[in-house]
Amino acid sequence: MRNVVPILTVVAAIFVLWYAGAVALNASWAQDKAKRAGVELSFNELVADTWSQEKPKLPAPHQVGAEIWKTTGAMVARGRAFSKRSLIYHSWVTFSSTALGFVLGTVLGIALAIGIVYNRTMDMSVMPWVIASQTIPILAIAPMIIVVLNAVGISGLLPKAMISMYLSFFPVVVGMVKGLRSPGAMQLDQMQTWNASASQSFWKLRLPSSMPYLFTSLKIAMAASLVGAIVGELPTGAVAGLGARLLGGSYYGQTIQIWSALIMAATLAALLVGLIGMIQRITLKRMGMAQ
Amino acid sequence: MNDATVISAKDLSLTFQTNDGPVHALKDVNLGVNKGDFVSFIGPSGCGKTTFLRCMADLEHPTGGSITVNGMSAEAARQARAYGYVFQAAGLYPWRTIGGNIRLPLEIMGYDKADQDQRVKRVLELVDLAGFEKKFPWQLSGGMQQRASIARALAFDADILLMDEPFGALDEIVRDHLNEQLLNLWDRTNKTICFVTHSIPEAVYLSTKIVVMSPRPGRITDVIDSPLPRERPLDIRDTPEFLEIAHRVRDGLRAGHSYED
Repeated sequence: MRNVVPILTVVAAIFVLWYAGAVALNASWAQDKAKRAGVELSFNELVADTWSQEKPKLPAPHQVGAEIWKTTGAMVARGRAFSKRSLIYHSWVTFSSTALGFVLGTVLGIALAIGIVYNRTMDMSVMPWVIASQTIPILAIAPMIIVVLNAVGISGLLPKAMISMYLSFFPVVVGMVKGLRSPGAMQLDQMQTWNASASQSFWKLRLPSSMPYLFTSLKIAMAASLVGAIVGELPTGAVAGLGARLLGGSYYGQTIQIWSALIMAATLAALLVGLIGMIQRITLKRMGMAQ
Repeated sequence: MNDATVISAKDLSLTFQTNDGPVHALKDVNLGVNKGDFVSFIGPSGCGKTTFLRCMADLEHPTGGSITVNGMSAEAARQARAYGYVFQAAGLYPWRTIGGNIRLPLEIMGYDKADQDQRVKRVLELVDLAGFEKKFPWQLSGGMQQRASIARALAFDADILLMDEPFGALDEIVRDHLNEQLLNLWDRTNKTICFVTHSIPEAVYLSTKIVVMSPRPGRITDVIDSPLPRERPLDIRDTPEFLEIAHRVRDGLRAGHSYED
Protein backbone atom coordinates (compact mmCIF):
# COMPACT_ATOMS: atom_id res chain seq x y z
CA MET A 1 0.00 0.00 0.00
CA ARG A 2 2.87 2.35 0.72
CA ASN A 3 3.70 2.15 -2.99
CA VAL A 4 0.39 3.70 -4.03
CA VAL A 5 1.17 7.33 -3.20
CA PRO A 6 4.47 7.55 -5.14
CA ILE A 7 2.96 5.74 -8.13
CA LEU A 8 -0.10 8.01 -8.18
CA THR A 9 2.17 11.04 -7.86
CA VAL A 10 4.14 10.02 -10.93
CA VAL A 11 0.98 9.20 -12.89
CA ALA A 12 -0.50 12.58 -11.97
CA ALA A 13 2.69 14.34 -13.06
CA ILE A 14 2.57 12.53 -16.40
CA PHE A 15 -1.04 13.60 -16.96
CA VAL A 16 -0.24 17.23 -16.10
CA LEU A 17 2.67 17.25 -18.55
CA TRP A 18 0.57 15.51 -21.17
CA TYR A 19 -2.30 18.01 -20.96
CA ALA A 20 0.15 20.92 -20.92
CA GLY A 21 1.93 19.45 -23.93
CA ALA A 22 -1.39 19.11 -25.74
CA VAL A 23 -2.10 22.80 -25.18
CA ALA A 24 1.35 23.86 -26.33
CA LEU A 25 1.42 21.69 -29.45
CA ASN A 26 -2.15 22.17 -30.59
CA ALA A 27 -2.46 25.89 -29.83
CA SER A 28 -1.17 27.14 -33.22
CA TRP A 29 -3.82 25.13 -35.10
CA ALA A 30 -6.55 26.46 -32.79
CA GLN A 31 -5.29 30.05 -33.29
CA ASP A 32 -5.17 29.63 -37.10
CA LYS A 33 -8.71 28.31 -37.10
CA ALA A 34 -9.86 31.21 -34.94
CA LYS A 35 -8.10 33.77 -37.15
CA ARG A 36 -9.74 32.42 -40.29
CA ALA A 37 -13.10 32.56 -38.59
CA GLY A 38 -12.23 36.07 -37.43
CA VAL A 39 -12.82 35.41 -33.74
CA GLU A 40 -10.62 36.07 -30.74
CA LEU A 41 -10.12 33.07 -28.41
CA SER A 42 -10.07 33.53 -24.67
CA PHE A 43 -7.58 31.38 -22.75
CA ASN A 44 -10.31 29.00 -21.60
CA GLU A 45 -11.65 28.60 -25.13
CA LEU A 46 -8.12 28.01 -26.42
CA VAL A 47 -7.48 25.27 -23.89
CA ALA A 48 -10.86 23.66 -24.54
CA ASP A 49 -10.11 23.67 -28.28
CA THR A 50 -6.62 22.17 -27.96
CA TRP A 51 -8.05 19.30 -25.93
CA SER A 52 -10.85 18.46 -28.35
CA GLN A 53 -9.44 18.75 -31.89
CA GLU A 54 -10.24 16.03 -34.37
CA LYS A 55 -6.68 15.61 -35.63
CA PRO A 56 -4.49 17.13 -32.91
CA LYS A 57 -0.69 17.01 -33.04
CA LEU A 58 -0.85 15.57 -29.54
CA PRO A 59 -4.22 14.19 -28.48
CA ALA A 60 -5.21 14.74 -24.87
CA PRO A 61 -5.43 11.71 -22.57
CA HIS A 62 -9.21 11.76 -22.37
CA GLN A 63 -9.46 11.72 -26.18
CA VAL A 64 -7.21 8.67 -26.35
CA GLY A 65 -9.14 7.09 -23.48
CA ALA A 66 -12.44 7.66 -25.24
CA GLU A 67 -11.08 6.23 -28.50
CA ILE A 68 -9.78 3.15 -26.69
CA TRP A 69 -13.12 2.68 -24.96
CA LYS A 70 -14.98 3.12 -28.25
CA THR A 71 -12.86 0.41 -29.89
CA THR A 72 -12.73 -2.04 -26.98
CA GLY A 73 -15.24 -1.88 -24.14
CA ALA A 74 -18.04 -0.37 -26.17
CA MET A 75 -17.58 -2.99 -28.91
CA VAL A 76 -17.59 -5.78 -26.35
CA ALA A 77 -20.83 -4.33 -24.96
CA ARG A 78 -22.33 -4.55 -28.46
CA GLY A 79 -21.02 -8.12 -28.81
CA ARG A 80 -18.65 -7.14 -31.60
CA ALA A 81 -15.36 -7.64 -29.73
CA PHE A 82 -13.71 -9.23 -32.75
CA SER A 83 -14.97 -6.98 -35.48
CA LYS A 84 -12.33 -5.43 -37.74
CA ARG A 85 -12.75 -2.04 -36.08
CA SER A 86 -12.06 -3.40 -32.62
CA LEU A 87 -8.67 -2.86 -30.98
CA ILE A 88 -9.18 -6.16 -29.21
CA TYR A 89 -9.18 -7.85 -32.60
CA HIS A 90 -6.04 -5.99 -33.70
CA SER A 91 -4.32 -6.71 -30.40
CA TRP A 92 -5.18 -10.37 -30.79
CA VAL A 93 -3.66 -10.45 -34.28
CA THR A 94 -0.46 -8.85 -32.99
CA PHE A 95 -0.45 -11.01 -29.90
CA SER A 96 -0.67 -14.25 -31.87
CA SER A 97 2.42 -13.48 -33.94
CA THR A 98 4.19 -12.11 -30.84
CA ALA A 99 3.50 -15.34 -28.95
CA LEU A 100 4.54 -17.60 -31.81
CA GLY A 101 7.70 -15.55 -32.45
CA PHE A 102 8.48 -15.55 -28.74
CA VAL A 103 8.20 -19.32 -28.51
CA LEU A 104 10.32 -19.80 -31.65
CA GLY A 105 12.89 -17.26 -30.42
CA THR A 106 13.11 -18.88 -27.01
CA VAL A 107 13.60 -22.33 -28.51
CA LEU A 108 16.21 -21.06 -30.96
CA GLY A 109 17.95 -19.03 -28.23
CA ILE A 110 18.16 -21.94 -25.82
CA ALA A 111 19.35 -24.29 -28.56
CA LEU A 112 22.11 -21.87 -29.61
CA ALA A 113 23.13 -21.32 -25.97
CA ILE A 114 23.44 -25.06 -25.39
CA GLY A 115 25.54 -25.33 -28.54
CA ILE A 116 27.76 -22.46 -27.45
CA VAL A 117 28.27 -23.89 -23.97
CA TYR A 118 28.97 -27.47 -25.08
CA ASN A 119 30.66 -27.05 -28.43
CA ARG A 120 33.96 -25.25 -28.66
CA THR A 121 33.61 -24.50 -32.35
CA MET A 122 30.23 -22.90 -31.78
CA ASP A 123 31.59 -21.05 -28.77
CA MET A 124 34.25 -19.45 -30.93
CA SER A 125 32.11 -18.79 -34.00
CA VAL A 126 28.43 -18.26 -33.22
CA MET A 127 28.44 -15.37 -30.79
CA PRO A 128 29.87 -12.75 -33.20
CA TRP A 129 27.14 -13.66 -35.72
CA VAL A 130 24.47 -13.47 -33.05
CA ILE A 131 25.64 -9.98 -32.11
CA ALA A 132 26.01 -8.94 -35.76
CA SER A 133 22.44 -10.06 -36.42
CA GLN A 134 21.21 -7.49 -33.93
CA THR A 135 23.14 -4.62 -35.45
CA ILE A 136 21.10 -4.87 -38.66
CA PRO A 137 18.13 -2.50 -38.41
CA ILE A 138 15.05 -4.66 -38.18
CA LEU A 139 13.10 -2.24 -40.38
CA ALA A 140 15.55 -2.94 -43.19
CA ILE A 141 15.38 -6.68 -42.94
CA ALA A 142 11.71 -7.13 -42.12
CA PRO A 143 10.39 -6.55 -45.67
CA MET A 144 13.01 -8.90 -47.05
CA ILE A 145 12.01 -11.66 -44.67
CA ILE A 146 8.37 -11.19 -45.66
CA VAL A 147 9.17 -11.13 -49.38
CA VAL A 148 11.54 -14.10 -49.27
CA LEU A 149 9.15 -16.21 -47.22
CA ASN A 150 6.29 -15.21 -49.50
CA ALA A 151 8.35 -16.35 -52.48
CA VAL A 152 8.68 -19.83 -51.00
CA GLY A 153 4.98 -19.91 -50.27
CA ILE A 154 4.98 -19.03 -46.60
CA SER A 155 2.61 -16.24 -45.70
CA GLY A 156 0.24 -15.22 -42.95
CA LEU A 157 1.29 -15.56 -39.34
CA LEU A 158 4.68 -17.19 -39.76
CA PRO A 159 6.61 -14.39 -41.55
CA LYS A 160 5.61 -11.89 -38.85
CA ALA A 161 6.50 -14.42 -36.17
CA MET A 162 9.91 -14.86 -37.81
CA ILE A 163 10.62 -11.17 -37.30
CA SER A 164 9.60 -11.49 -33.67
CA MET A 165 11.87 -14.49 -33.38
CA TYR A 166 14.72 -12.58 -34.98
CA LEU A 167 14.52 -9.97 -32.23
CA SER A 168 13.67 -12.22 -29.30
CA PHE A 169 16.25 -15.00 -29.63
CA PHE A 170 19.12 -12.64 -28.87
CA PRO A 171 18.46 -11.90 -25.17
CA VAL A 172 17.71 -15.59 -24.64
CA VAL A 173 21.06 -16.66 -26.13
CA VAL A 174 23.01 -14.15 -24.08
CA GLY A 175 21.14 -14.91 -20.84
CA MET A 176 21.21 -18.66 -21.24
CA VAL A 177 24.92 -18.81 -22.10
CA LYS A 178 25.56 -16.92 -18.89
CA GLY A 179 23.07 -19.05 -16.97
CA LEU A 180 24.34 -22.40 -18.22
CA ARG A 181 27.86 -21.30 -17.33
CA SER A 182 26.87 -20.07 -13.88
CA PRO A 183 27.74 -23.28 -11.95
CA GLY A 184 31.16 -22.81 -10.39
CA ALA A 185 34.25 -24.97 -10.86
CA MET A 186 33.49 -26.69 -7.57
CA GLN A 187 30.01 -27.77 -8.62
CA LEU A 188 31.34 -29.11 -11.92
CA ASP A 189 34.15 -30.95 -10.10
CA GLN A 190 31.55 -32.41 -7.80
CA MET A 191 29.63 -33.81 -10.77
CA GLN A 192 32.93 -35.24 -11.99
CA THR A 193 33.51 -37.03 -8.66
CA TRP A 194 30.17 -38.75 -9.10
CA ASN A 195 31.15 -39.66 -12.65
CA ALA A 196 28.01 -37.94 -13.94
CA SER A 197 27.40 -37.99 -17.68
CA ALA A 198 27.22 -34.76 -19.66
CA SER A 199 23.45 -35.00 -19.93
CA GLN A 200 23.09 -35.58 -16.18
CA SER A 201 25.22 -32.49 -15.49
CA PHE A 202 23.01 -30.55 -17.88
CA TRP A 203 19.63 -31.59 -16.51
CA LYS A 204 20.55 -31.66 -12.83
CA LEU A 205 23.00 -28.77 -12.56
CA ARG A 206 23.34 -26.44 -15.53
CA LEU A 207 19.68 -26.11 -16.51
CA PRO A 208 18.31 -25.48 -12.99
CA SER A 209 21.17 -23.03 -12.33
CA SER A 210 20.22 -21.06 -15.42
CA MET A 211 16.57 -20.50 -14.47
CA PRO A 212 16.92 -17.02 -12.92
CA TYR A 213 18.91 -15.92 -16.00
CA LEU A 214 16.37 -17.46 -18.35
CA PHE A 215 13.42 -15.60 -16.87
CA THR A 216 15.21 -12.27 -16.97
CA SER A 217 15.97 -12.90 -20.64
CA LEU A 218 12.42 -14.01 -21.35
CA LYS A 219 11.02 -10.70 -20.14
CA ILE A 220 13.26 -8.79 -22.54
CA ALA A 221 12.53 -11.30 -25.29
CA MET A 222 8.78 -10.87 -24.83
CA ALA A 223 8.99 -7.10 -25.20
CA ALA A 224 11.28 -7.50 -28.23
CA SER A 225 8.84 -9.99 -29.75
CA LEU A 226 6.03 -7.48 -29.54
CA VAL A 227 8.15 -4.83 -31.24
CA GLY A 228 9.02 -7.40 -33.91
CA ALA A 229 5.39 -8.26 -34.52
CA ILE A 230 4.42 -4.60 -34.87
CA VAL A 231 7.37 -3.88 -37.16
CA GLY A 232 6.43 -6.96 -39.17
CA GLU A 233 2.98 -5.48 -39.78
CA LEU A 234 4.30 -2.13 -41.02
CA PRO A 235 5.98 -2.88 -44.38
CA THR A 236 3.59 -5.57 -45.52
CA GLY A 237 0.51 -3.48 -45.88
CA ALA A 238 -1.07 -5.72 -43.31
CA VAL A 239 -4.69 -4.89 -42.75
CA ALA A 240 -4.87 -6.22 -39.22
CA GLY A 241 -2.78 -5.85 -36.11
CA LEU A 242 -1.61 -2.95 -33.96
CA GLY A 243 1.12 -2.18 -36.52
CA ALA A 244 -1.50 -1.86 -39.24
CA ARG A 245 -3.50 0.48 -36.98
CA LEU A 246 -0.38 2.61 -36.43
CA LEU A 247 0.35 2.75 -40.13
CA GLY A 248 -3.27 3.43 -41.07
CA GLY A 249 -3.45 6.17 -38.48
CA SER A 250 -0.33 7.85 -39.81
CA TYR A 251 -1.58 7.70 -43.45
CA TYR A 252 -4.73 9.58 -42.57
CA GLY A 253 -3.32 11.78 -39.79
CA GLN A 254 -5.49 10.02 -37.24
CA THR A 255 -3.28 10.85 -34.27
CA ILE A 256 -5.87 9.69 -31.78
CA GLN A 257 -5.95 6.30 -33.46
CA ILE A 258 -2.13 6.13 -33.42
CA TRP A 259 -1.98 6.96 -29.76
CA SER A 260 -4.68 4.52 -28.80
CA ALA A 261 -2.85 1.76 -30.71
CA LEU A 262 0.39 2.76 -28.95
CA ILE A 263 -1.24 2.62 -25.54
CA MET A 264 -2.82 -0.71 -26.42
CA ALA A 265 0.59 -2.06 -27.47
CA ALA A 266 2.15 -0.83 -24.23
CA THR A 267 -0.64 -2.42 -22.22
CA LEU A 268 -0.21 -5.69 -24.09
CA ALA A 269 3.55 -5.60 -23.42
CA ALA A 270 2.98 -4.89 -19.74
CA LEU A 271 0.53 -7.79 -19.47
CA LEU A 272 2.84 -10.22 -21.26
CA VAL A 273 5.95 -9.23 -19.31
CA GLY A 274 3.89 -9.34 -16.11
CA LEU A 275 2.78 -12.84 -17.03
CA ILE A 276 6.40 -13.97 -17.42
CA GLY A 277 7.18 -12.34 -14.07
CA MET A 278 4.38 -14.31 -12.47
CA ILE A 279 5.59 -17.59 -13.95
CA GLN A 280 9.09 -16.66 -12.77
CA ARG A 281 7.92 -16.10 -9.22
CA ILE A 282 5.96 -19.33 -9.12
CA THR A 283 8.78 -21.37 -10.66
CA LEU A 284 11.54 -19.98 -8.48
CA LYS A 285 9.37 -20.33 -5.41
CA ARG A 286 8.73 -23.96 -6.25
CA MET A 287 12.47 -24.41 -6.73
CA GLY A 288 13.10 -22.88 -3.33
CA MET A 289 15.08 -20.09 -4.98
CA ALA A 290 12.72 -17.16 -4.41
CA GLN A 291 14.26 -14.30 -2.52
CA MET B 1 52.01 -52.36 -1.13
CA ASN B 2 50.00 -54.85 0.88
CA ASP B 3 46.35 -55.91 0.75
CA ALA B 4 45.26 -53.22 3.13
CA THR B 5 46.69 -50.37 1.04
CA VAL B 6 43.83 -48.33 -0.38
CA ILE B 7 45.69 -45.37 -1.82
CA SER B 8 49.27 -45.54 -2.97
CA ALA B 9 51.34 -42.75 -4.51
CA LYS B 10 54.77 -43.41 -6.03
CA ASP B 11 57.08 -40.55 -7.01
CA LEU B 12 53.98 -38.51 -7.74
CA SER B 13 54.71 -35.15 -9.39
CA LEU B 14 52.50 -32.45 -10.79
CA THR B 15 53.90 -29.41 -12.52
CA PHE B 16 51.67 -26.58 -13.70
CA GLN B 17 53.00 -24.59 -16.63
CA THR B 18 52.31 -20.92 -15.97
CA ASN B 19 53.42 -17.70 -17.59
CA ASP B 20 55.97 -17.26 -14.82
CA GLY B 21 57.50 -20.65 -15.55
CA PRO B 22 56.71 -24.10 -14.16
CA VAL B 23 55.17 -24.43 -10.68
CA HIS B 24 55.95 -27.68 -8.90
CA ALA B 25 52.70 -28.28 -7.04
CA LEU B 26 53.84 -31.78 -6.12
CA LYS B 27 57.30 -33.30 -6.41
CA ASP B 28 58.20 -36.95 -5.82
CA VAL B 29 55.46 -37.66 -3.31
CA ASN B 30 55.36 -41.20 -1.89
CA LEU B 31 52.59 -42.31 0.42
CA GLY B 32 50.51 -45.36 1.29
CA VAL B 33 47.12 -45.05 2.94
CA ASN B 34 45.76 -48.18 4.60
CA LYS B 35 42.18 -49.29 4.86
CA GLY B 36 40.43 -47.64 7.79
CA ASP B 37 43.09 -44.96 8.21
CA PHE B 38 42.21 -41.39 9.03
CA VAL B 39 44.95 -39.44 7.27
CA SER B 40 45.32 -35.69 7.64
CA PHE B 41 47.32 -33.56 5.24
CA ILE B 42 48.63 -30.42 6.84
CA GLY B 43 50.80 -27.63 5.53
CA PRO B 44 50.72 -23.98 4.52
CA SER B 45 49.01 -22.69 1.39
CA GLY B 46 50.71 -23.84 -1.76
CA CYS B 47 52.14 -27.03 -0.26
CA GLY B 48 50.09 -29.15 -2.62
CA LYS B 49 47.85 -30.82 -0.05
CA THR B 50 44.67 -30.04 -1.95
CA THR B 51 46.36 -30.87 -5.25
CA PHE B 52 47.36 -34.24 -3.83
CA LEU B 53 43.77 -34.91 -2.76
CA ARG B 54 42.52 -33.85 -6.19
CA CYS B 55 45.00 -36.28 -7.78
CA MET B 56 43.46 -39.09 -5.73
CA ALA B 57 40.06 -37.94 -6.96
CA ASP B 58 41.19 -37.76 -10.60
CA LEU B 59 40.32 -34.06 -10.66
CA GLU B 60 43.98 -33.22 -11.39
CA HIS B 61 46.26 -35.29 -13.56
CA PRO B 62 49.81 -35.95 -12.34
CA THR B 63 52.64 -35.16 -14.72
CA GLY B 64 54.91 -37.80 -13.23
CA GLY B 65 54.87 -40.92 -11.08
CA SER B 66 51.80 -43.00 -10.38
CA ILE B 67 48.84 -43.13 -8.07
CA THR B 68 46.47 -46.01 -7.44
CA VAL B 69 43.17 -45.96 -5.59
CA ASN B 70 41.70 -49.32 -4.58
CA GLY B 71 44.37 -50.91 -6.76
CA MET B 72 43.10 -49.09 -9.85
CA SER B 73 44.17 -45.94 -11.62
CA ALA B 74 42.62 -42.80 -10.14
CA GLU B 75 40.45 -42.45 -13.25
CA ALA B 76 39.12 -46.00 -13.03
CA ALA B 77 38.47 -45.48 -9.33
CA ARG B 78 36.51 -42.31 -10.04
CA GLN B 79 34.49 -44.07 -12.70
CA ALA B 80 33.83 -46.89 -10.24
CA ARG B 81 32.64 -44.22 -7.77
CA ALA B 82 35.19 -45.37 -5.22
CA TYR B 83 35.14 -42.21 -3.12
CA GLY B 84 32.97 -39.46 -1.77
CA TYR B 85 34.44 -35.97 -1.96
CA VAL B 86 33.58 -33.17 0.45
CA PHE B 87 34.56 -29.70 -0.70
CA GLN B 88 35.39 -26.66 1.39
CA ALA B 89 31.97 -25.18 0.67
CA ALA B 90 28.93 -27.35 1.21
CA GLY B 91 27.86 -26.77 -2.40
CA LEU B 92 24.26 -27.81 -1.81
CA TYR B 93 21.87 -27.00 -4.66
CA PRO B 94 19.57 -24.21 -3.48
CA TRP B 95 16.68 -25.60 -5.54
CA ARG B 96 16.82 -28.98 -3.86
CA THR B 97 15.82 -29.83 -0.31
CA ILE B 98 18.41 -31.42 1.98
CA GLY B 99 16.93 -34.82 1.13
CA GLY B 100 16.97 -33.93 -2.56
CA ASN B 101 20.61 -32.88 -2.37
CA ILE B 102 21.61 -36.18 -0.78
CA ARG B 103 19.53 -38.02 -3.34
CA LEU B 104 21.36 -36.24 -6.21
CA PRO B 105 24.41 -38.56 -6.44
CA LEU B 106 22.12 -41.54 -5.89
CA GLU B 107 19.96 -40.45 -8.85
CA ILE B 108 23.07 -39.99 -10.97
CA MET B 109 24.35 -43.42 -10.00
CA GLY B 110 21.00 -45.03 -10.71
CA TYR B 111 19.97 -46.34 -7.30
CA ASP B 112 16.29 -47.30 -7.26
CA LYS B 113 13.76 -45.10 -5.52
CA ALA B 114 13.15 -47.21 -2.43
CA ASP B 115 16.88 -47.65 -1.89
CA GLN B 116 17.37 -43.88 -2.26
CA ASP B 117 14.76 -43.12 0.40
CA GLN B 118 16.27 -45.56 2.80
CA ARG B 119 19.83 -44.30 2.25
CA VAL B 120 18.83 -40.66 2.66
CA LYS B 121 17.17 -41.50 5.95
CA ARG B 122 20.20 -43.48 7.13
CA VAL B 123 22.87 -40.88 6.35
CA LEU B 124 20.76 -38.04 7.74
CA GLU B 125 20.66 -39.92 11.04
CA LEU B 126 24.38 -40.54 10.74
CA VAL B 127 25.14 -36.80 10.63
CA ASP B 128 22.45 -35.92 13.16
CA LEU B 129 20.13 -34.19 10.70
CA ALA B 130 17.13 -36.52 10.96
CA GLY B 131 13.97 -34.51 10.37
CA PHE B 132 15.67 -31.95 8.10
CA GLU B 133 15.03 -33.86 4.89
CA LYS B 134 12.35 -31.47 3.64
CA LYS B 135 14.20 -28.25 4.55
CA PHE B 136 15.96 -26.12 1.97
CA PRO B 137 19.69 -25.39 2.40
CA TRP B 138 19.14 -21.72 3.24
CA GLN B 139 17.08 -22.77 6.22
CA LEU B 140 20.15 -24.47 7.77
CA SER B 141 23.22 -23.02 9.49
CA GLY B 142 26.65 -23.28 7.87
CA GLY B 143 27.64 -26.19 10.11
CA MET B 144 24.44 -28.08 9.33
CA GLN B 145 24.93 -27.47 5.60
CA GLN B 146 28.42 -28.93 5.79
CA ARG B 147 27.05 -31.95 7.66
CA ALA B 148 24.47 -32.40 4.91
CA SER B 149 27.26 -32.30 2.34
CA ILE B 150 29.13 -35.00 4.31
CA ALA B 151 25.92 -37.04 4.39
CA ARG B 152 25.73 -36.66 0.61
CA ALA B 153 29.26 -38.05 0.26
CA LEU B 154 28.37 -40.99 2.51
CA ALA B 155 25.10 -41.88 0.81
CA PHE B 156 26.57 -44.14 -1.86
CA ASP B 157 28.78 -47.19 -1.43
CA ALA B 158 32.22 -45.62 -1.46
CA ASP B 159 34.56 -46.68 1.31
CA ILE B 160 36.91 -43.72 0.84
CA LEU B 161 36.02 -40.23 1.96
CA LEU B 162 38.16 -37.37 0.62
CA MET B 163 37.67 -34.12 2.50
CA ASP B 164 39.18 -30.82 1.43
CA GLU B 165 39.19 -28.44 4.41
CA PRO B 166 35.52 -29.20 5.01
CA PHE B 167 35.37 -27.18 8.22
CA GLY B 168 37.71 -24.39 7.11
CA ALA B 169 34.94 -21.82 6.81
CA LEU B 170 33.29 -22.60 10.15
CA ASP B 171 33.90 -21.07 13.55
CA GLU B 172 35.94 -22.80 16.26
CA ILE B 173 32.98 -23.99 18.37
CA VAL B 174 31.09 -25.52 15.47
CA ARG B 175 34.32 -27.00 14.20
CA ASP B 176 35.03 -28.75 17.54
CA HIS B 177 31.58 -30.23 17.50
CA LEU B 178 31.87 -31.42 13.92
CA ASN B 179 35.33 -32.90 14.55
CA GLU B 180 33.88 -34.98 17.34
CA GLN B 181 30.99 -36.07 15.14
CA LEU B 182 33.33 -36.89 12.29
CA LEU B 183 35.42 -39.19 14.49
CA ASN B 184 32.27 -40.86 15.69
CA LEU B 185 31.12 -41.31 12.12
CA TRP B 186 34.48 -42.68 11.01
CA ASP B 187 34.36 -45.17 13.88
CA ARG B 188 30.89 -46.37 12.92
CA THR B 189 31.31 -46.54 9.17
CA ASN B 190 34.86 -47.84 8.98
CA LYS B 191 35.65 -45.60 6.01
CA THR B 192 39.11 -44.59 4.96
CA ILE B 193 39.34 -40.81 5.30
CA CYS B 194 41.82 -38.39 3.73
CA PHE B 195 41.40 -34.98 5.29
CA VAL B 196 43.08 -31.75 4.23
CA THR B 197 43.42 -29.08 6.90
CA HIS B 198 45.60 -26.19 7.97
CA SER B 199 44.80 -26.52 11.65
CA ILE B 200 47.36 -28.42 13.74
CA PRO B 201 44.94 -29.30 16.60
CA GLU B 202 42.37 -30.53 14.11
CA ALA B 203 44.90 -32.73 12.33
CA VAL B 204 46.25 -34.23 15.57
CA TYR B 205 42.83 -34.72 17.09
CA LEU B 206 41.34 -36.53 14.11
CA SER B 207 44.10 -38.56 12.54
CA THR B 208 45.72 -41.94 12.83
CA LYS B 209 48.32 -40.66 10.41
CA ILE B 210 49.42 -37.07 9.90
CA VAL B 211 51.15 -36.09 6.68
CA VAL B 212 53.10 -32.85 7.00
CA MET B 213 53.70 -31.05 3.71
CA SER B 214 55.78 -28.11 2.56
CA PRO B 215 55.66 -25.76 -0.41
CA ARG B 216 58.04 -24.91 -3.29
CA PRO B 217 58.12 -27.65 -4.41
CA GLY B 218 55.09 -29.31 -2.78
CA ARG B 219 56.40 -32.33 -0.91
CA ILE B 220 55.97 -34.48 2.18
CA THR B 221 58.35 -33.57 5.02
CA ASP B 222 57.07 -35.91 7.73
CA VAL B 223 54.57 -38.73 8.20
CA ILE B 224 53.49 -39.21 11.81
CA ASP B 225 51.64 -42.34 12.96
CA SER B 226 49.55 -41.16 15.87
CA PRO B 227 49.79 -43.20 19.07
CA LEU B 228 46.49 -41.78 20.33
CA PRO B 229 43.70 -44.33 20.88
CA ARG B 230 40.75 -44.56 18.47
CA GLU B 231 38.45 -43.42 21.21
CA ARG B 232 39.09 -39.67 21.58
CA PRO B 233 37.12 -37.36 23.82
CA LEU B 234 37.60 -33.64 23.10
CA ASP B 235 39.71 -33.13 26.22
CA ILE B 236 42.36 -35.52 24.90
CA ARG B 237 43.74 -32.32 23.42
CA ASP B 238 45.11 -31.34 26.82
CA THR B 239 47.11 -34.55 27.36
CA PRO B 240 50.92 -34.59 27.04
CA GLU B 241 50.75 -37.18 24.21
CA PHE B 242 48.56 -34.88 22.18
CA LEU B 243 50.80 -31.88 22.75
CA GLU B 244 53.85 -33.93 21.87
CA ILE B 245 52.41 -34.88 18.47
CA ALA B 246 51.32 -31.30 17.88
CA HIS B 247 54.87 -30.25 18.65
CA ARG B 248 56.25 -32.75 16.15
CA VAL B 249 53.88 -31.48 13.48
CA ARG B 250 55.05 -27.94 14.14
CA ASP B 251 58.68 -29.09 13.92
CA GLY B 252 57.89 -30.77 10.61
CA LEU B 253 56.36 -27.57 9.28
CA ARG B 254 59.36 -25.58 10.46
CA ALA B 255 61.80 -28.04 8.87
CA GLY B 256 59.99 -27.45 5.59
CA HIS B 257 60.51 -23.69 6.03
CA SER B 258 56.78 -23.27 6.28
CA TYR B 259 57.12 -20.44 8.74
CA GLU B 260 59.37 -18.39 6.51
CA ASP B 261 58.24 -16.09 3.76
